[in-house]
Amino acid sequence: MSTSVHDAAPAAPPRLRWLKATIGAFNANKTSWVGLAVIVAVVLAAVLAPVVAPHDPLEQNILSRLQPPHENYYLGTDYFGRDILSRLLYGARISLVIGVASTVIAMVAGSLIGMLAGYYGGRFDVVVMQAMDILLAFPSLILGLILVAMLGPSMENITIAIALTSIPSFARIARAPTISVKERDYIGAGRALAFSDARILGGHILPNIFPEILVMASLWLANAIRTEASLAFIGLGVKPPIATWGGMIREGFENILDSYWLVLAPSIAILIVVFALNVLGDGLRDAIDPKLKGER
Amino acid sequence: MSAFLVKRLGFALVTLWAVLSLVFVVVRIVPGDPAQVILGDQADAAAIAAMRTRLGLDAPVFEQYTSFLAGAVRGDWGVSLVTGRPVIQEVLAVLPWTIELTLVSLAIGVAIGVPLGVWAAVNRNRMPDYVTRIASLLGLSFPPFVSAIILLIVFSIMLHWFPVISAGRGSFSAWFQAMALPALNLGLIMAAYITRVARSAMLEVMQEDYVRSARAKGVPWRVVVWRHALRNALIPIITIVGLYLGILIGNSVLTEIVFNRPGLGKLIVGALNQRDYTMLQGMMVIYTLIVVLVNIATDITYALVDPRVKLS
Repeated sequence: MSTSVHDAAPAAPPRLRWLKATIGAFNANKTSWVGLAVIVAVVLAAVLAPVVAPHDPLEQNILSRLQPPHENYYLGTDYFGRDILSRLLYGARISLVIGVASTVIAMVAGSLIGMLAGYYGGRFDVVVMQAMDILLAFPSLILGLILVAMLGPSMENITIAIALTSIPSFARIARAPTISVKERDYIGAGRALAFSDARILGGHILPNIFPEILVMASLWLANAIRTEASLAFIGLGVKPPIATWGGMIREGFENILDSYWLVLAPSIAILIVVFALNVLGDGLRDAIDPKLKGER
Repeated sequence: MSAFLVKRLGFALVTLWAVLSLVFVVVRIVPGDPAQVILGDQADAAAIAAMRTRLGLDAPVFEQYTSFLAGAVRGDWGVSLVTGRPVIQEVLAVLPWTIELTLVSLAIGVAIGVPLGVWAAVNRNRMPDYVTRIASLLGLSFPPFVSAIILLIVFSIMLHWFPVISAGRGSFSAWFQAMALPALNLGLIMAAYITRVARSAMLEVMQEDYVRSARAKGVPWRVVVWRHALRNALIPIITIVGLYLGILIGNSVLTEIVFNRPGLGKLIVGALNQRDYTMLQGMMVIYTLIVVLVNIATDITYALVDPRVKLS
């Protein structure tokens, strides 16, 4: 009895089928590939930052403060004479790590809450989802702001705060399909075979709702990166002198009247990453949302 | 209708109570004694004890809780630890600025977003649709402070069309000068969200039978789109606009900072920087109140727009 119902099915090995389905989803809206390419490039740049960065991101050079872009400093230097390009590359690491970590936490916790609420239903469902609605109604930036201010602006706390603000959305996304899937015959069959709730939820419901959750995760990753930058801009980011995009904009904003390239470079970096993630998520959503499928 | 309203009000009250309780708990479970945090590391024990009394932290927890709730209901949210003025006065002093900005931005967002979404839906999978979709996706990718800074650089610093500090009042031109960039910033982002909702709502409605019937009996295309279809697409649009008001309020914080405009956003950031705990408590209450009121307003709007909604 170790093979589950849908492993037993057709010809192609499961892994290959999964790969085919993914490529198919990307092909449904070709712009998804563009989004993916940009994200891969940014991830590479962040990972390879120590190799490709022309300068040390923390190295101050008082003699070359606030220089406009030229051949030594491709994107200019900031108030302390630090190289903007290098700080941008290292800053990508913070944005990506906080973004990915908070999205994964929110995805796991939110999906679990949503699945449990949808699966068990009844009063439990009502109370949990009401609580989620209350959280959802609260402006997420304000919530994140207060949480970080209370907990203190460390990388872990920022991650937790951003994760908390997006848990309700994942709970809602996971709940609806769980309710429709749990009525299917094969779940009834699983119950008849006395499968445990954990086995039904993990082995049979989760695989069905996972693509949807994953697509939402790419959109929420965009949101998390934007929120991290916003918090850093307000002054609730990872502590200086560590380079973060939002923090760079905050510092550059002080000199905006005469050196506006200081804010322009990190602004454009954030915009590119968030836009690429949105393009990716949006394209994939078109591919997996059956309601929209017919329209393409 | 009245049963529905009572139910919604009940939910609003529960929400408000839940958030107040959460605020109460959060302030007390945060690591470190608030009195210590406010006074700093050098404060002596007597000063800390005095501050604890002033904050009401020396009373039994249940008593603190009831007096906190009672105070919140009466509008007595304590006194700002920084300015010494009642929190509610500080909040009410800047509230009109934020409400004004939010309403104007919302108007801009709807005025641009709804027609654009309809236009895209009518031209589905043709050039106007592609352009609108990419533009709206780009619009909602902008962190609000980034778009605000770009507007500031272009229109205030390069072109000198608008002042760098947007806090003018009095005459209409001063008001307009102060309002234009912040409202444009928030309005354009809002428009991006609304365009997408309007487009997909319209696409759904256009497939309905009554649209085909209207066409079949010879109603002009323009009337079908703007009267029959849009009227029915409004419900999802209103829902989302109601939901997005939360986003708009969050975005206004960042916009107020960039344009140096008074409002709730500047107040909350100031309170954060100065560790003004009573002010933060009050701000959380006012934000919750706004969110709850917006939700009720959204529900009532449904009924006004769509007589089919029974409000059950």
